[in-house]
Amino acid sequence: MQVPTRCGNRRQEVWSALSAVTDPELDESVTALEFITALEIEDQKRVKVEFRLPTFWCAPNFAFLMASDLRDAVAELPWVEEVSVKLLDHFSADLINRGVALRQDFRDAFPGETDDDLTALRKTFLDKAFEGRQELLLRQLLAAGYDPGWITQVTLGELMRQPLDARGDGLRSLYAFMWRRIRPNAGEEDLAFTTFDGEPLEPSEFRTYLRKVSGVRRNQEFNGLICRGLLAARNARWGEAAG
Amino acid sequence: MFTTKSGEQVFVIDSHTHLWDGSPANQKNIHGKQFIDCFYDYHHLGPDGYIWPKEKFERYSEEDFVKDVFEQGYADMAIFNPQYLGDFYHNGFSNLERNEAFRKQHPDRIIANGFWDPRNEEAGLKQLERDAKTYGWKGVKLYTAEWKGSSKGWKLTDPWAYRYLEKSQELGIKNMHVHKGPTIRPLNKDAFNVEDIDDAATSFPDLNFIVEHVGLPRLEDFCFIAAQEPNVYAGLAVVSALVHKRHHYFGEILGELLFWLGPDRILYGSDYAIWSPKWIVEELMSYELPEDVATETGQSLTLEVRRKIMGENAARLYSIDIADRCKKLGLRTPTASKAAKQEVAVA
Repeated sequence: MQVPTRCGNRRQEVWSALSAVTDPELDESVTALEFITALEIEDQKRVKVEFRLPTFWCAPNFAFLMASDLRDAVAELPWVEEVSVKLLDHFSADLINRGVALRQDFRDAFPGETDDDLTALRKTFLDKAFEGRQELLLRQLLAAGYDPGWITQVTLGELMRQPLDARGDGLRSLYAFMWRRIRPNAGEEDLAFTTFDGEPLEPSEFRTYLRKVSGVRRNQEFNGLICRGLLAARNARWGEAAG
Repeated sequence: MFTTKSGEQVFVIDSHTHLWDGSPANQKNIHGKQFIDCFYDYHHLGPDGYIWPKEKFERYSEEDFVKDVFEQGYADMAIFNPQYLGDFYHNGFSNLERNEAFRKQHPDRIIANGFWDPRNEEAGLKQLERDAKTYGWKGVKLYTAEWKGSSKGWKLTDPWAYRYLEKSQELGIKNMHVHKGPTIRPLNKDAFNVEDIDDAATSFPDLNFIVEHVGLPRLEDFCFIAAQEPNVYAGLAVVSALVHKRHHYFGEILGELLFWLGPDRILYGSDYAIWSPKWIVEELMSYELPEDVATETGQSLTLEVRRKIMGENAARLYSIDIADRCKKLGLRTPTASKAAKQEVAVA
């Protein structure tokens, strides 16, 4: 039973590569979200992935980003010679599938509709994720009695050493992960809280800044909760159709 | 009419309702199917016990509307905000003739708004004149993301849109209900971007711009514009449904709206038949802002604020005298909030 076992391993490898791809808005793995509907491996080297999003009307930039991330994640496996990623049941599926197959950039796949390339899109979503996580942690710290003067001065190392409760600790880990991702060259002695672009925060403008990032988080949360709700409804519908 | 626990009566105008036909017989293509399917998924965001079978959701009757909105949904009056979607449905998703026939059965209860599309250019302007005469519109629903041929949307700042706004003003159509909601095509030409509201509201200070779904997920852009433009209003459709499952989050949004716009520029709407108004009104009327939101925004939901949001603000925009309307409907006149009383006295 050599072949099936090897095949099984390869499936597993593809699956774990796919699971590293996240929905940029929900900040969650596409496999955990059950977006992947089919995975096929032909001749041990050609991989076909199909996925479906919460609605037919999901934003095409998200969809395009995820489709190209899925393609790249699978293509990185050394034995893979060909990857095809197919988005199902989406109003822009043809444009997206074609663009991803041809390795086009987003603006080329949607000519005349956007100037954004994938790097710009990724940066936008990273910015949102960073500010969203930062806001939740800042509010947690304020509630725990830390004042804006301390917050705007604290280094990452010092922040990590603070005794926080379970919720605070969880929020801090999420934030620190993102902090290191956008500042791969920064160290523990750098400021823990800055703007996305690395500007320090002024204690006098701290409240204004907090309001601003709250707005970002609220918008993101709205998309997230609509998306999750629609996903649950859609999965139930497809489940019924399949059953 | 909603009666509070302490026996106070609150006049309710549901400022965002539909009578639609998304049934397969009316669907022109796959997009018609996918559109109503997506609405049906939204429908499931409501509480258990209020979920309709798909067939009923696709095309419900006028009797259903009366029962759900007026009899069980506490509304004394309802406003139609129709979506045409002529590229997706043979007779339109909402049909003006059907709406008008229904309005005539309940003339004191229903306000049937219309719609226009600037991409119909000169012919559309003529049509708007005829429609205004036929239907006596006081408001229109503007759906800037509607597809039309190769176009995937338009803006209030388009030159033709400007002419339609001028024409609306000339015809006495004062209330522009602009759908600015969940994202469909958020490319650079995001059709639900709220920025065009700013220019239009400045250019047409005598028109009212009710931003449906408060521009979410672009809430801060909306609040920023609304804080500067006194003729910009917040339409709570979709947002109000969050009160059920997202208690704190709903409070954050409402707190922001109260902080930036104040209680006089927020309008309750259920978005029926996506959701049944009964549970929305019940939950809204018992809702209190979470403590942290109340502290941060300095707002609270007094009975006076609730009266404004649930009916008085819409009544003002549509020149409805609540006391007079109650007489017509055979209802006991509710006590008005102080501000509404003053306005009547001034008038």
